[in-house]
Amino acid sequence: MKVQQISIFIENKSGRLAEVARLLDERKVSIRALSLADTSDFGILRLLVDNTDAALFALKEGGFTVSKTEVVAVEVPDQPGGLSRILQVLDESQINVEYMYAFAERNANNAIIIFRFDDIDNAIGTLQAKGVSVLTGERLYSL
Amino acid sequence: MIWNDDFETLPREALESLQAKRLKQVSERVYATVPFYRQQFDQAGVKPENIRSLDDLRRLPFTLKQDMRDNYPYGLFAKPLDQIVRIHASSGTTGKPTVVGYTRRDIENWTELMARSFVAAGAHCGDVIHNAYGYGLFTGGLGAHYGAERIGASVIPMSGGNTKKQLMIMQDFGSTVLTCTPSYSLFLAEAAAEEGVDIRKFKLRVGILGAEPWSERMRDEIEAKVGIKAIDIYGLSEILGPGVGIECIEAQSGLHIWEDHFIPEIIDPHTCEVLPDGEQGELVITTITKEGIPLIRYRTRDITRIIAEPCICGRTHRRLARMSGRSDDMLIIRGVNVFPSQIESVLMQIEGVEPHYLLIVDREGTLDTLEVQVEVNEQTFSDEIKVLQGLSRRIEKEIKDLLGISCRIRLVEPKTLVRSEGKAQRVIDKRPK
Ligand SMILES: [Zn+2]
Repeated sequence: MKVQQISIFIENKSGRLAEVARLLDERKVSIRALSLADTSDFGILRLLVDNTDAALFALKEGGFTVSKTEVVAVEVPDQPGGLSRILQVLDESQINVEYMYAFAERNANNAIIIFRFDDIDNAIGTLQAKGVSVLTGERLYSL
Repeated sequence: MIWNDDFETLPREALESLQAKRLKQVSERVYATVPFYRQQFDQAGVKPENIRSLDDLRRLPFTLKQDMRDNYPYGLFAKPLDQIVRIHASSGTTGKPTVVGYTRRDIENWTELMARSFVAAGAHCGDVIHNAYGYGLFTGGLGAHYGAERIGASVIPMSGGNTKKQLMIMQDFGSTVLTCTPSYSLFLAEAAAEEGVDIRKFKLRVGILGAEPWSERMRDEIEAKVGIKAIDIYGLSEILGPGVGIECIEAQSGLHIWEDHFIPEIIDPHTCEVLPDGEQGELVITTITKEGIPLIRYRTRDITRIIAEPCICGRTHRRLARMSGRSDDMLIIRGVNVFPSQIESVLMQIEGVEPHYLLIVDREGTLDTLEVQVEVNEQTFSDEIKVLQGLSRRIEKEIKDLLGISCRIRLVEPKTLVRSEGKAQRVIDKRPK
């Protein structure tokens, strides 16, 4: 139920994002989802890709500092209150969200939300117990 | 073990009165025999008879490396050549080398101080000392050689180079003590590994390493990879050669400087003001027994501090902290003296942070600014912004605690900063001159 995410340290200077994209493209790795969190000096680029190990290798070889983290992907029906309900579940169970980002599912009306939790196992258990749809890695990478 | 108990453990009071007596003698000697010093003393308005106590030392003028160059080759010698039995010279990367001459008694004293140093480092009669310091104009090889013979060790005069042969001899002859530069000791270990040989299985026990700057982190690496106790030795050819100061194996913390032969002072390299014990600054040494070329308040350009606290080994001679840079590298930021090596020492104390950095000094309005660029590596990287910002704030705080100035940390991608032991550019000063 855990999804592998790649995090990359990126200086705020031109061309770095393009360089990441170029390195992945060279290895025929496709990006499924992407989020950039940044400060005035640097950013952390978070990626979900179809081949995590190949991407890690390519980026390290390209001189980037990268790490692999485990996140949770949740499918949210595209209807009013979909996200609100999930956040409420997390809040009630006092599960701390480090960060989250979302993207839309192709060929469907659902949104996928990626969560990073402190305590990932506990979070997955809680979400599933409350009937939230947690996606497997295979499912997500193949989207 | 102590080689010369009488002198090495002399009570401070007796040691200082011996220093005062010898300081007076050397002042008289150089004034009488070296025209350069007579002129310098006269200019400073001081006569040898004014030098009555150790406190009077600060009335004397400094000697610079440039003074030695200006008086090339023999101008600063205090003895005629018929009493000089050995001449050494520094390599001199630019222009003429600096030349030093030793009388028979100087060689005897040097041998004694190297013998003390070897024993302080844990060497003894019965050791096989593998001396890979260069023999020649450079003082390292011969200086170590004489001291090694004096303690009754078997010395192998290897000199530098030919690493394969070094390794073969080290292994076959059962060398127990290695004398060379710290980087060469690591090079030997790596070369051995390439041959499929583990140098840690050799009989080597101690390395007496010097002649280039190194760090505690490098010590750990050497001790692990070479399988020896790594001892820091300090010397410079202008003052003597190796054996001016050495770490004792008991503490491995600070280098005892042989105070019956040298008087160390620490000065602010900018104002030349003498600093109290414990404060970091430029090391200034006065040689009080040398005959061939005595030097008064020689500015070594090396940055260190005096450790006055007694040492567990029982020696009463004070210690110098590991040399942490050159005074030429000093920056003055908002009126505070900053040595790049201080920033490096902060970085090295933080788990996972690599000692590669770049200092950018600039000015906003009338205020100097300092930016420290630090590389993010796999150990320090986190995919959470707040963790990285926490790292930046921690480094900022530690630098503020040490130097008393605020700086701004900028995290940069790995390998963006130049890495090299020697001439890496560590500072970009953008302030208008
Ligand atoms: Zn000691």
